[in-house]
Amino acid sequence: MLAYAIRRLGLSVLILIVVMTAMYGMVFLVPGDPASLALGPRATPELKEALRERMGLDQPILTQILYFFGNVLQGDLGVDVWSRRPVLDQILEVFPNTLILGIVALGWALIMGVLLGCAAVVWRDSWADRLLGVLSVSMISVPSFVVALYALIVFAVWLNWLPAIGAGEKGDIGSQIRALILPAFAVGIGWVGYLARLIRASLLEVMEAPHIRTARAFGMTERDIIFGHALRVAIVPTISVLAIGFGSILSSAVFVESVFSRPGIGTLITGAVEKRNYPVVMGCVLFMTAFYLFIVTAADLLIARLDPRVRDVLRG
Amino acid sequence: MTAIISVENLSISYRVPGGNLRALRDVSLSVARGEVLGIMGESGCGKSTLAAAMINLLPTGARISAGAVRLAGTDMLRLSPEDQRRLRGRSVAMVFQDPMTAFNPVLTIGRQLADFAGAHDPARAAPAALAAMLGRVGIPDPQRCLDRYPHELSGGMRQRVAIAAALLMQPDVLIADEPTTALDVTMEAQIIHLLRDLRSSFDGAIVIVTHHLGVIAELCDRVAVMYAGQVVEEGPVDSLFHDPRHPYTRALLACDPAVVDPASGRLPAIGGRIPDLTALPEGCAFAPRCGMAQPACASPVPRHHPGPGRSVLCHGAGP
Repeated sequence: MLAYAIRRLGLSVLILIVVMTAMYGMVFLVPGDPASLALGPRATPELKEALRERMGLDQPILTQILYFFGNVLQGDLGVDVWSRRPVLDQILEVFPNTLILGIVALGWALIMGVLLGCAAVVWRDSWADRLLGVLSVSMISVPSFVVALYALIVFAVWLNWLPAIGAGEKGDIGSQIRALILPAFAVGIGWVGYLARLIRASLLEVMEAPHIRTARAFGMTERDIIFGHALRVAIVPTISVLAIGFGSILSSAVFVESVFSRPGIGTLITGAVEKRNYPVVMGCVLFMTAFYLFIVTAADLLIARLDPRVRDVLRG
Repeated sequence: MTAIISVENLSISYRVPGGNLRALRDVSLSVARGEVLGIMGESGCGKSTLAAAMINLLPTGARISAGAVRLAGTDMLRLSPEDQRRLRGRSVAMVFQDPMTAFNPVLTIGRQLADFAGAHDPARAAPAALAAMLGRVGIPDPQRCLDRYPHELSGGMRQRVAIAAALLMQPDVLIADEPTTALDVTMEAQIIHLLRDLRSSFDGAIVIVTHHLGVIAELCDRVAVMYAGQVVEEGPVDSLFHDPRHPYTRALLACDPAVVDPASGRLPAIGGRIPDLTALPEGCAFAPRCGMAQPACASPVPRHHPGPGRSVLCHGAGP
C-alpha cells in the first residue's frame, strides 16, 4: 500500500512538471507582452526593457522555466502583475470558497444520485424507472450556468428567498450557508442525473451477479440486498468517476462563480485572464492541477480501502 | 415416508429467440426427511433448472407452465413473494455450484453469514453461533475466518463456508447444485466426505444435483436420472446402478471413468447430442441416440414401474 502511494505520488509530480512546462510554453506563445501591459500604453521602450529585465523575460526560455520551477518548489507562485501581492496568498484566500462549493455540490449530488439510482433499480422497468431516466438525462443535458441563471432569477430575484451574489458575510455562518445554496444547486444538479444513471447501470449489473442470487436464496429482503450487499460493490467504480467529477465541478465552478459573483478560484481565474495577469492564471491552473491530482490519488486509495481484492493486489 | 418436499408435474420453459425452450417437462419427485436424493444427467438436461425451481429462484425469462413445488404440503410457487422469502434459507437452503462467485467480494464472511441468518432470526447471527457452525464444517480457526474476505479462502474452504451458511438455519431441505463440480479432485473428495459426515447429524432432506456418479454412489439413497427435461428413470441407488432399465441410464453408467477398463485405453461416450429443446418430438427424446430404438418410440412414452420404488420412462422397459 505504501509503495503504491509513493508510486502514485511520483506519477503526480511528473504530471505536474509536464503541466507546468506546457503552461509556460503556451503563455510564452500567446501574443501580448506582460511588460508593456503592466506599464500601460504610454511607457517608453527603455522602461519596458528595464522591466523585462527585472522580470527575467530577457533570459532564454529554458532558463525562465527552470527559474519558475525553482520558485514553485519554494512555494512561490510569483506575484500579481497589478497588485504585487503573492499569487499563492490570493489563491489560498479564495480557494476555501470554491472547495466548499465543490464539496457541497458533489455531496448533495452523490446523496441524491445514489437514492435515485437505487430507486430506479427497485422499480426497474416500471414507469417510475422511465420517468427517473428522462429526469436524469434532462439534468445532465442542461449546462450548470444556465441552471445558475434561472435559479438566480427564480429564487433570488422573483421570490427573494436567497441572496443573489457573494459568498455571505465573513464570520456569519448562516449567511454563508444561504449564499451557498443556489450555486451548489446549480453545480450539482447535472451530477445528480449523471450519478443516478451511473449507479443504476452499475447496480443492475451487480444484481445479476451470482452472489446476489446467493443472498436471495438465503431469504434476504430485496432492500437489504440492494443497500447492504449490491451497493457496496456498485459504488466502487463510481468513486473514480466522482474524483474526475470533482475536477470538472471545479471547472464548472468557474462559470457559476461568475454568475453569482461569488469569490473563488473561478472568479480569480476569469478576472486574471481578462487582465492578462499571467502569474495569477498560471498559479491558479497549477494549484488546480495539483489539487485535482491529489483528489484522484485519494480516490484510488479509497477504492483500495473499499475493495479488499484491490487492497490485496496492492499489498502483494 | 411422507415427503418433506415434492415436485409435482412441473413444467418450465424459457423464452428464447425462435420459440420456447422446454427445460422441464412434467417432472415429479419427492424427498422424505432424512433421505438423500441425487439428480443426475448430462449438461443441459434441466438439473439446475429443477434445483432453482425448488427454491423458486429461476432466471429471468423462465415461465412455469404447470405444476407445483410443495414444501410440507404448501405450494411454494403460489405463495406471495414475501412468504417465499421467509421460506428461503430457513426451510429450504441452497449450496451453489461455484464457490468462487457465490459470495459477495467486498464483505467479510462473517458479515455475509450474519446477514443470511439475520434475515430470519437475529439470535443466530451472533458471531459465536456463526463460528460454531464454521467449526462444524471443518474450518480451522473459525473465529478468524469470520473476518476474512471470500477471495482470501481457497475454493474448498469457500464451499465449506457455503455449506455452513446453508445449515445455519437448520433447514428442512438442503439443495446442493453441483457442489463439487468447480473444485479439484482432492477438494471434491473432502467435500463429499464432509457431506457424508453431515448426513448423520442432519435430519432434513438433501437433494444433490450432480453429473458425478461417484457423488451419487457415495451420498445418495435414491437417484433420478434426467434427460431433455424429463426424469427418465428413478429408483434406489443400489438397485438402479445394478440394474439400469433405461438405455440412457445404461449409457451414462458405461461412461463413468471409474468403471471403464483402463487397459482398453478408450473412454466411451454417448453418440449424438441432446435434442433441440425448442422442438421436441412427441415420442421419446432419447430415441435418436438410442441403439434399441423401435418404430414405437415415436409415440408418447408410458411410465413403467419395474420394481419397488423404481420408475422408468421407456417403451422398451415394459413387461
